Amino acid sequence: MKRLFLVLTVLTMTLGLGGTAIADSHCMDELGCVEVGPDDPIVIASILAMSGPASFYGADSLGGIELAILGRDGMLLGRDIELVEEDSYCAAEGGQAAAQRVAADESIVGVIGTTCSGAAQGAMPIISEAGMLMISSSNTSPSLTNDDADAGGTYYPGYFRTAHNDLFQGAMGAKFAVEVVQAGKVATIHDGDPYTEGLAVVMANEFAGLNGEVVFQGAVSKGDTDMSAILTEIAASGPDLVYLPVFTPESEFLVSQAANTPGLENVKMMTADGSFNADFAPNIGAAAVGVLMTGPHVSGDAYQEFLALWAEEQPGGTDTPPSGFHAHAYDGTNLLLDAVEAVAEEMDDGTLVIGRQAMRDAMAAVEDYEGLTGTLTCQEAPLFMGDCATGTALAVFELGEDQVNESAWPPPIVWDLSMAMGG
Amino acid sequence: MFKWKTDEFSWVDFTIDVLRILIVLAVVIGAWNTLSSGRITLAQWVNLFAAGLSQGSIYALIALGYTLVYGILLMINFAHGEVFMAGAFSTVFLAEAFNRTGFLNEQPLLAILLMIMFAGLVSMTVAILLERVAYRPLRGSPRLVPLITAIGASFFLQYTFRGLYGSAFKAYPQVKILQGAISIGGINIPIVQIFVFCSALVLMFGLYWLVERTRVGKAMRAVSENKEVASLMGIDIDWVIMFTFGVGGFLAGSAGVINGVFRPQGVNFFMGFIPGIKAFTAAVLGGIGNIPGAMLGGLFLGVIEAIGPNLVLAGLGIPGANQLKDVIAFTMLVLVLIFRPQGILGERLSEKKA
Repeated sequence: MKRLFLVLTVLTMTLGLGGTAIADSHCMDELGCVEVGPDDPIVIASILAMSGPASFYGADSLGGIELAILGRDGMLLGRDIELVEEDSYCAAEGGQAAAQRVAADESIVGVIGTTCSGAAQGAMPIISEAGMLMISSSNTSPSLTNDDADAGGTYYPGYFRTAHNDLFQGAMGAKFAVEVVQAGKVATIHDGDPYTEGLAVVMANEFAGLNGEVVFQGAVSKGDTDMSAILTEIAASGPDLVYLPVFTPESEFLVSQAANTPGLENVKMMTADGSFNADFAPNIGAAAVGVLMTGPHVSGDAYQEFLALWAEEQPGGTDTPPSGFHAHAYDGTNLLLDAVEAVAEEMDDGTLVIGRQAMRDAMAAVEDYEGLTGTLTCQEAPLFMGDCATGTALAVFELGEDQVNESAWPPPIVWDLSMAMGG
Repeated sequence: MFKWKTDEFSWVDFTIDVLRILIVLAVVIGAWNTLSSGRITLAQWVNLFAAGLSQGSIYALIALGYTLVYGILLMINFAHGEVFMAGAFSTVFLAEAFNRTGFLNEQPLLAILLMIMFAGLVSMTVAILLERVAYRPLRGSPRLVPLITAIGASFFLQYTFRGLYGSAFKAYPQVKILQGAISIGGINIPIVQIFVFCSALVLMFGLYWLVERTRVGKAMRAVSENKEVASLMGIDIDWVIMFTFGVGGFLAGSAGVINGVFRPQGVNFFMGFIPGIKAFTAAVLGGIGNIPGAMLGGLFLGVIEAIGPNLVLAGLGIPGANQLKDVIAFTMLVLVLIFRPQGILGERLSEKKA
């Protein structure tokens, strides 16, 4: 017993001394610094949905991160880049547990994540408290960048995203429905996820604001395959357009079964980026022709090069990205690595000192960054705290025969922001 | 401790009676409100019923696997949903190949039959391996042990198949001959639903014949009745148990293809989870261990799920009624466990099994 006490005392003293040594270093940052020794790698972390039914979103973003690191030959400031992967399972508890593991590792300079908005709500309090920053490639829930807690905001300092806020996407869907489809009545469906529910509510409110009538607001559950009950109810309410911003495969079931539901055969369907991937149309078949989608308008030569690189490297073992957020993850990772490059100071002994508040400031200062997903400017306005995507890279797409038979991707654009402004 | 011992009055009975009355009232009021509002037409009700029947026949096919294994080993094979997934997920690639070559639409019935055989074989292999590797070494241990093992095996299978085929959602190609609907008395019933229901009936009849009319079926019944005596009669117990798992696996695999024809989308490594627990619910509803019970339980659950939310919940003014479809399914499970623990057809169950 005495010996144990002695050992503990010695251990505590060593640790205490070590702690003082770190505090004595060159760090002037109010949130503390990451110190990277001359031979140590620069460590970043990912918190993504790597298991469970949403894991293909995680695999999609992870591929984007890996290609961004590969784009720099795995090196930054003469050091290796090391990626620590954590799994958040698309749930608040998963995000919380992953964030705790990340926060405990002081060598991590920043995080790319989470996949699902729900997981971000679990992760951000911890990441923010640890002084780190997190850039999400696929969270689109408006609450995450809303700093007004009384209005349901869950913003924490250090949160950024390259995914677009759903306030843009929902508004765009509503405007298109009224002005182009000339729908007077709309039905919305969500699946209980904060992302899909938020989007359905934003769309319904915007639609009502444009003098449209919301005739049905309902929900399905994740894992449902039989949609006949809800579709029958929707048919009974007689909408001109059904807005279903839910994830695949529920959206696939809804669209394919709606084609066989009496009363819905000719009603327009509109989905959002939760279904935005090349498999959606071929998985449904003929019923997918004419389906509208709002989603990121990622195109251009740089993106084609990215896809070619993906096909060559096959991150996660697939030829093509499994979903629509890989480019956002690629941009997010590049922003993070650029910030490290801008902030890091090299000491005489070769140690890199990276200030945590300086990292956040560098991210917040991002302006007119030309990424794969368009021009990114990180904002600090109410409702858009840390929103780097401005919504300009969004468009409405319409699926056609080519998407069903040839998996041609992305589908043709029927409306984008310039048309919205003009109209 | 404090306990009511009066013969005339017991709080437990009283609570259950009150519960009974409340449930009946809720169902009657909900149904009355919905029907009197006339929001949903008769044709739509029939459509819902038909869709429910098709969904239910898929539940029934999976439920048979639960019930067969329970009947013989008194254990619940919670990895059975993954056996279903194994067949459905593996066969999607065969179906894609058939579709590319045009075979699927030239010889649709033959193609589907081949797909069913293939899926059945894959699922059968998985089920037999599962029994051999995970359950046989634990036979004779307390009943909780194989149950927990089954949950572990379930995760193992899910992530093995994710490793094999990836995490993206796949879909079965559409079979042209099964598109469209047949008009019966002015009500359109999709052909695919008739096909699903009929093929499930054929498979169920096949199973009934196997169990009731063949030597191996007799052996299965004997083992289920009493293992020691069956063994004394010269029946190879291990073989019969393996055979039972194989039959359950075959039915689950065929259910995977039939499900793929009926609801083509959503094929991935996680697709067995929900049908698995639904089928378990169906097996308990019908009386677990009882083969016709599992069939009836599956059909009943499918129909209740399709009609319940619109009929009862919407009528009671509950918002988002359709999202509560699973609530209806699992409430049924709870109600059966409270009011009739032996299930709908469970009378013949002996004390030992119940």
